[in-house]
Amino acid sequence: MAITTLADPDSGLPPAQLAARHGLRMAGQRPSLASYTRQLWRYRHFISAYANAKLAASFSNARLGQLWQVLTPLTNAAVYFLIFGLVLQQTRGMDNFIAYLTAGLFIFNFTQTSVQNGTQAISGNLGLIRALHFPRAALPLAITTTQFQQLLGSMIVLLGIVLATGEPITLMWLTLVPAVLLQTVFNAGLTMVVARLGAKATDLKQVMPFVLRAWMYGSGVLYSVELFAENLPGWATAIVQFNPMLVYIELARVALLENTPLLNDSLPLTWLVAIGWSVVMGVGGYLYFWRGEQEYGRG
Amino acid sequence: MVDHLAMSNDVTVTLPRVQERIPTVVVDDAHVVYRIHKGAAGNTSPVAALKRMVSRTSAPNVREVHAVRGVTFTAYRGEAIGLIGTNGSGKSTLLRAIAGLLPVERGAVYTEGQPSLLGVNAALLNDLPGERNVTLGCLAMGMSPAEAQRKLPEIIEFSGINQRGDFASLPMRTYSSGMSARLRFSIAAAKQHNVLLIDEALATGDKRFRKRSEARVRELRENAGTVFLVSHQLSSVRDTCERTIWLESGLIRMDGPTAEVLKEYEAFTNGK
Repeated sequence: MAITTLADPDSGLPPAQLAARHGLRMAGQRPSLASYTRQLWRYRHFISAYANAKLAASFSNARLGQLWQVLTPLTNAAVYFLIFGLVLQQTRGMDNFIAYLTAGLFIFNFTQTSVQNGTQAISGNLGLIRALHFPRAALPLAITTTQFQQLLGSMIVLLGIVLATGEPITLMWLTLVPAVLLQTVFNAGLTMVVARLGAKATDLKQVMPFVLRAWMYGSGVLYSVELFAENLPGWATAIVQFNPMLVYIELARVALLENTPLLNDSLPLTWLVAIGWSVVMGVGGYLYFWRGEQEYGRG
Repeated sequence: MVDHLAMSNDVTVTLPRVQERIPTVVVDDAHVVYRIHKGAAGNTSPVAALKRMVSRTSAPNVREVHAVRGVTFTAYRGEAIGLIGTNGSGKSTLLRAIAGLLPVERGAVYTEGQPSLLGVNAALLNDLPGERNVTLGCLAMGMSPAEAQRKLPEIIEFSGINQRGDFASLPMRTYSSGMSARLRFSIAAAKQHNVLLIDEALATGDKRFRKRSEARVRELRENAGTVFLVSHQLSSVRDTCERTIWLESGLIRMDGPTAEVLKEYEAFTNGK
């Protein structure tokens, strides 16, 4: 019997001390930022597998399959060109309106779809969240990854259009790569923000289309950005100049087009704003999402 | 509780253990309150909603349910514990609190590692084939890609979804409810969990699969895990668990060896 008492010193201990003695952790507690980041890194395979799976699933019911990855942006560009280029005559003497329009459209669409799907990142995956434990940031990150893959499809179309409309291949094309990468970081952060918001505020899904529509008009996607400087008061133009989407779109246009109207005259400044937004949104979005980690999937 | 401790001391005498009993889950006076959105019930007219926004009162269609009202127990390594109780007694809510998916209002829940909750509602991606879901599920549980690839045939085999042709390569939406429940169970059971919480999952599937999954639960337990099983099927509780906790309206009514608790429980439910 003496052995039993030695072997079981726990009896009579209050539960909290018993738990502490054996290194048990409080259930559902938020991990520290460092360990959360490590966990997330260990789940990188899950993120990419999930992103690929989502991409495959989104085309699984279409006969043309992944061809839609290229067809959708192409059709979009055609429709907008018809309305804004031919009917509304927004070209305003621009050299290459088709390329100007498609560059803006595809770059904006990357962020738009990321945000739209991001609002559903948590609320649309409750089954997965309630069943399995993994760092939840994997879900919005997977959405950004899926959209990035979609963007690569669009970029092939865009380069085709740019070449077909007579733009020369220059070294400037290479700057498209860092510009898109900065935008990807920005998108990842923003997707995490809306994912957390959308997890609680279910009305966000209804509001988001309007926000995104307004944002699109404020980013000079469909018409010449010169219109902002001409028709808005100075302070409003200044705000538009710092609009992250406008900045990323202008970087893409500068990279691909020889001659394009720009709102930001100074290219180094544009790059600085692009980097700033990407750091602020990337880090801020990640911190904001992590702080809500223990709430996801409840209620 | 005291009864139970005395009882388990008897067990240590008959089966002498060298190791001390290691607790894996400690629940200390846990209270769980959750909020339900009643949906369209109550006054949801635009005017009423606007009035609420102005006066800053919360929506009337959110109701609080005090589902678990002060539960205390300790679970040890190698134990399989059945949770029984009539509908709405707080069994599933308690499991969710242990899994860390619902916050406790008061008290605390301490666990070893991260418990995994395995419920019949655990949906994966319905548009994707079963195989893809298996790989995803394995990765989501933290396996490496190589490990997930290695486990794939084993899991498909265990789930038995290929018994009627090659279903593993078909999207999960084409599966019958029993098949997808079986696949989900097989995925979750493929990993060694420190603490595995099973919510009615054993009740799905045909008899043969039930036998297989009960055997798998025993195996998980022998590898030093703790298993909680919520079930209305008293036979599967009797077959898999040696300890049973009986919850009634959010309180522990009885906690002890399965045979004794089930006897009382059956008398209780038949007497009603």
